[in-house]
This record gives sequence, structure tokens and C-alpha cells, in this order.
Amino acid sequence: MDFRLSEEQEKFRQEVSDFLEGEIKQGLWEPSCDAWIMGHNPEFTKRVSRKGWIGLTWPKEDGGQGRSYIDRLILTEEMLRYGAPAACHWFADRQIGGAVVHYGTDQQKKELLPMILKGEAYVGLGMSEPDAGSDLASLKTKATEDGDDFIIDGQKTWTSGGNNMNWIYLVARTDPDAPKHKGISEFFFSTDLPGISVAPIEDITGGVHFNEVFFENVRVPKTCLIGVRNKGFYQILNQLDYERSGMERLMANYPLFEALIQYTKETKRNGKPLSQDPLIRSKLAQLKIGLEIGRMHMYRVAMVMDEGRAPNWESSMSKVYGTAFEQRLAGTAIEILGLYGQLSPKSKNVPMRGMAYHSYLSSKGYSLQAGSSEVLKNIMAQRKLELPSQ
Amino acid sequence: MNLALSEEQEMLKTMARDFLADKLPKTAVKEMEESEEGYSAELWKEMAGLGWMGLAFPEKYGGSDMSFLDLAMLLEEMGRACLPGPYFSTVVLSGFTILDIGTDEQKDEYLPKISSGEAIFTLVLTEPSANYEESGIETKAIAEGDSYVISGTKLFVPDANVADYMLVAARTDKGITLFIVDAKSPGISTTVLKTIANDKLCEVVFDKVKVSKDNVLGEPNQGWPEIEKIIQRAAVGKCCEMTGCIQQALDMTVEYAKDRKQYGHPIGSFQVIQHYCADMATDVDGTRLSAYQAAWTLSEGLPCAQEVAIAKAWAGEACPRVMALAHQIHGAIGVTIDHDLQYYTRWAKAAEVSYGDASFHREVVAKEMGL
Repeated sequence: MDFRLSEEQEKFRQEVSDFLEGEIKQGLWEPSCDAWIMGHNPEFTKRVSRKGWIGLTWPKEDGGQGRSYIDRLILTEEMLRYGAPAACHWFADRQIGGAVVHYGTDQQKKELLPMILKGEAYVGLGMSEPDAGSDLASLKTKATEDGDDFIIDGQKTWTSGGNNMNWIYLVARTDPDAPKHKGISEFFFSTDLPGISVAPIEDITGGVHFNEVFFENVRVPKTCLIGVRNKGFYQILNQLDYERSGMERLMANYPLFEALIQYTKETKRNGKPLSQDPLIRSKLAQLKIGLEIGRMHMYRVAMVMDEGRAPNWESSMSKVYGTAFEQRLAGTAIEILGLYGQLSPKSKNVPMRGMAYHSYLSSKGYSLQAGSSEVLKNIMAQRKLELPSQ
Repeated sequence: MNLALSEEQEMLKTMARDFLADKLPKTAVKEMEESEEGYSAELWKEMAGLGWMGLAFPEKYGGSDMSFLDLAMLLEEMGRACLPGPYFSTVVLSGFTILDIGTDEQKDEYLPKISSGEAIFTLVLTEPSANYEESGIETKAIAEGDSYVISGTKLFVPDANVADYMLVAARTDKGITLFIVDAKSPGISTTVLKTIANDKLCEVVFDKVKVSKDNVLGEPNQGWPEIEKIIQRAAVGKCCEMTGCIQQALDMTVEYAKDRKQYGHPIGSFQVIQHYCADMATDVDGTRLSAYQAAWTLSEGLPCAQEVAIAKAWAGEACPRVMALAHQIHGAIGVTIDHDLQYYTRWAKAAEVSYGDASFHREVVAKEMGL
């Protein structure tokens, strides 16, 4: 047992942190909550790419760095700590690149991976449908074989990143006659095709990252199918473990935590800084404790991945835990701000650039994305604890 | 970074689990709880024979030279088995303290007695003020020639009823001083309290108890920082025991949920029960991860104030959550005196308030955060 990071890892953390601080000092962007999913900044993504920080864990022969998942966790932890606008490359780096590395043909790797590594693939995640949420295998979007192509018809919803995408990762039904889990395939293709339309969905913060995406007779070459035809559902289960495993499930609103601590030190009530109030100290300490416990869950997941195992119950546990923590952080921030907590980012007198308000509302979605907490608890119960399914 | 146990640690854990499962059925726990001594002398000897008392002490004191982290594995299994008795008092509270700050003579005299199981020790710290603050200590030790004379009332002292030696914290002219006191010294009277864990917490009254100056442990008047370290070590040790305790409660609950049928199905197939169990598992794993981190940090001799406080604050809140769900899932059978679950419920509550409860440790975290 050893809870220390290696010297090399500490050095890497420092390097990432120096880079991000430098960016902030130059005024290139401001730290914000949810920047991993809402901060679309192509220039930032280019700079991250030049650092070699996309595809960190991919094998070297695929253009990656062959580094560990702990290294990647360190990288994403720093990105989230500084609230960096990493949305342009986040999905491609986190899961799509990995899927191509894992399931792609040599030709696909040759075509797709360099584009992802250069930070040029802004990916939308086309999974959920109006009638297929937690029960993803019920999806209806069809991919019908036609010569060398598939014709795609149907509708996706809650498509993260759809408003900014130039590529889409899509799951669609390729065999309508097979049992529902056994007729699904995965596709990855440019959205620069006729028949695709996107309708952004405004969320309760007033922001957009969810979208509806419509496919009408979209002709996609067969070479866009990733992995094995009709085995897509099983590939997805594996990718979802990765999707759930990230630090964004604990630190999506981390900038709020730091701002809150600062606020309590600078704000006086009855002549004393809020940070001297025993109740507020207790609340902030509780958040710190919750964060540190969550970090240990996250590092455990990365270690499982470094051992070459899919972290299925571990990433379920860390995601349920982490998203509940993020929600608690937002709620506590509003409590501490009191009347000021209700002010929107656009309001006069709003403290902390409105991060508490934004985060309180946006965090409601955290426990739904990438597997609702209920589904994930079922996974834990059945796979870790081996309780019977009904 | 690496969370895996060493082969030795795995072996130690397995051996301890098997041994305690064999020697300590709950009927034996019950007997010990109901006995005057609160432990079994026979089992104590066997534990000493296995080398458990001296596990983390140097070989020259009869120990096995293993680390505090290794000991943490043993403590986890003791928590899993609900082991009653003075192991924690003797080894965690006292033995390590003597090893840390004792003179060579003191180490030579007392540590082999601990390693061999010959002597039981305890820490005599808390008082009717019932806190872990320096200001809570009012018991006085007044210098008189070559001795000190100790007077005052101590409360919540574990295992004082069977202790051969006591490490006593008392107020001296310029601070707090620790003393090694022979428990048979004239003027000491001990009364066992009735507690939720049925353990042997005692009131110990010191009425002009004479102690030689040679028995000062550490520097006179400089005892408080040492006591803070004792509390830290004890808090980590408790967290490890608590990990074992709630892991066992979870395991029992999952087994029960697989067996118990209602509406024609095992209740463990119902989503509500599954979610409760998943919540319990998350709390158990968080408790273990933070307990191991604290134990590792302390064991490495690194600054560990924040890690320890995080672990104990977390465990202090996670344990009651886990036990509440364990009971909810067990239903009525779990609240009967003949069911094993109640041992864990009672033990966990006592552990929660020992060596700093959650709010005590949250304040430590707040300080570490620079608030």
C-alpha cells in the first residue's frame, strides 16, 4: 500500500497546474464550473493537444503517450481544479478515442485517431432517445444496410455536446429482429452529412449542452461502424465504465468550492469573518472531507483501470458518490450565501460570479448523466454484492 | 500509488479472521461482555502466542517488528469479530506511547511485558469534562521530593478494572505530564460503568496516589502534544476497527437479503433493498479507504493530522448510516437480543464517540484548511 504519487506524477501535476495557471494569468479564460462540458474553446483545446495531453493513455503506436490512468486522472483533476474550458476535446479524449483504439480497424485508427489527437473532433454523444433513457437497449434509431452504406433514421435526445459537434458517436439498431440487446451497433461519423439536424435544449441554468438530434435518411459509409456489428451494446457497457469513471463526476463544480472558502474568509457577519463561525467551519470541513473521500474513490477506479480491469462497480460507486457530493457542495454554497445565494450570474450584487446559483441548478443533472444513480446502485448491488436480479 | 495489501498483510488478515471466527462466536462475546473482567484470559494468552500484542514492536522488546499499517489490518479483523477486551488499551493506547516517548529503561521494563501478554495497560486520560482537550484535565500531580502525588477523578477509562499499569495524564505545575502508574498503588479506586458497548469503561479515582519521578513518561509538563499523538493514533485504530465492524454488518445484511423471502422473492432482489445495500457498501468502502490512508500516513511517519481527522469524521458519520440500514433490512429479527447484529450496533455507537466524534474532527479539518 502506498498513497503517495510517484515523483514523476507529482512533477506532471505541477506541469499541468503551471500551464493552467499561466493561461489564467494571461487572461485567456476564467475558471468556471462545468467547463469540461460547457466550455467550448477550440484554441484552448489546440494548446492542450500540443502539450500531448489528449490521448494520454492510448498506446504509443496509436499516437498516444502510453501513460497510466492515474496520470490521466491527475491531468483531469487539474483541469477541473482550474475550471478549464476543455469541452471541445473532452468526450473524444475520454471515451471515443479509447473505443476506436479498442474496437477500431487499422484503417479507422489511421483516419480517426490523429484528428482526435489534434483536438479537432468535437464529439456529440448520441445515445439516449425519447423512449430509451436508462433502458438504453430499447433504442429505436435504425441503421439499415444499403450497399456499402447504412441509412440512419431516428431521433436522439440529451445528446451532450450536440450543439457544438462536428462528429457524432451514435448507437443505432442494426438488427430489428434480434433480441433488443443483440441488435445494436456503434457508429462514429462526421455530422457534415445531409439529413442531420440539431435542436438545442435549454437546461435549467439557461445554458445548452443537451440537444435533440434528428436523423432523416442519413447515408453513412459502412466504415463508420465501430467494432462488431450487433455487438454494440456490450461495447457500450464497457465504454460507460470509462464515461462514469472520470474526475468530472466529483469536481465538475470544484471552482465553486475554492471560491466559497475564499468568500467565507473575506465576508464578515457581526464583525467576524464567516469562516470563524463554528457552523460554517463545520459545513466547509464536511465538504472537504466529502471531497477527499471522493478523490480516493476516483483514484481507486484509475488503479483498477491500470490493472487492466473494467471498473464497473467501482466506477458506479464513485459516480453515485461523486455526483451526490457535487450536489451537496452546491446546496451548501447557497445555504452559506443566504439571501445572496438566490442571485443569478447576471444579477447586480451577485457573489462569486454566480457560480453557486449556476451549480445548484446544473448539478441536478449530474446524477442522471451517464447512468442515473438508481441504475448505478443496481449495478453495485448485483455485480459487487451479488444480490439477485428479479 | 497502490492500494493493494502486501502478501504478509493479506496473510495476517486471513489468519486473524479465521482465528477469531473460530474462537469468538457471539456466545463468547456475550460471556465476555457479561463477565466482570470483560475479556477471556485464555483467549488473551492465545493472542499473545500468535504474536499479536508485540506485532508492531521491535524484536528486542519481544515484538515482530511489523508496522502500524500491518497492525491496522489486525484491528480491522478485531472490529469485524467484535472482540471485547483490553487489546486496544494495551497495545494502541499504551504500548506505542511507551515506544514513542519512554526512556530505554521504561521500554526495557514494560514493552516485553506487553509483547508477551503478561501485562495489561490502559490510558487514563478523560475526566468528567468528557472531552479530548487539554483544558479538560483537572487531575493534579504535585511534586513532593522524589515523587509526585496524583489526585483527581478520571472517567471513561477503558479496561481500568483489569489493568496492571496505567498511563495517567495529570496537570503538573506548568502543563500536562504523563505517568506510568502501577494499578495496584494505594489510593486508586475503580468503578466499572454500564455502557452501550458493554465494554469496561471505568471511573478511576486517584486519592493522593504516590508515583516515583522515575515513572514520568516523556518530558514533565510537555505531555499534551504527546497525548494529541495518542489520540490521533487511537482515532486511526478505531477507524480500522470501525471498518471491520461495518463490513461485517454489510456482509450479514447482504446474506440476509439473499435468504429472506417476501412476496415470493428474496428481498435482496427488490430495488429499494439493493439501493440500501449499495449505499452501505459505498459508506464501507469510503471508511476503509480513508482509514487505510490515515494508517498508512501515520505508519510512514508523515504529518497525518488531516488524514486522521478526515477518516474519523467520516467513519463517525458513516457507521450510524450503515447500522441504520442494516437494521432496516434485517427487519424485526435484527432488533432481538439473540441476533448478532446488535453487537455491532452497540459497538459502533461507542466507537463513534471515542477519540473524537465527527464534529471534533471536522474542526481539526477546518483548521487544516486554514479556516
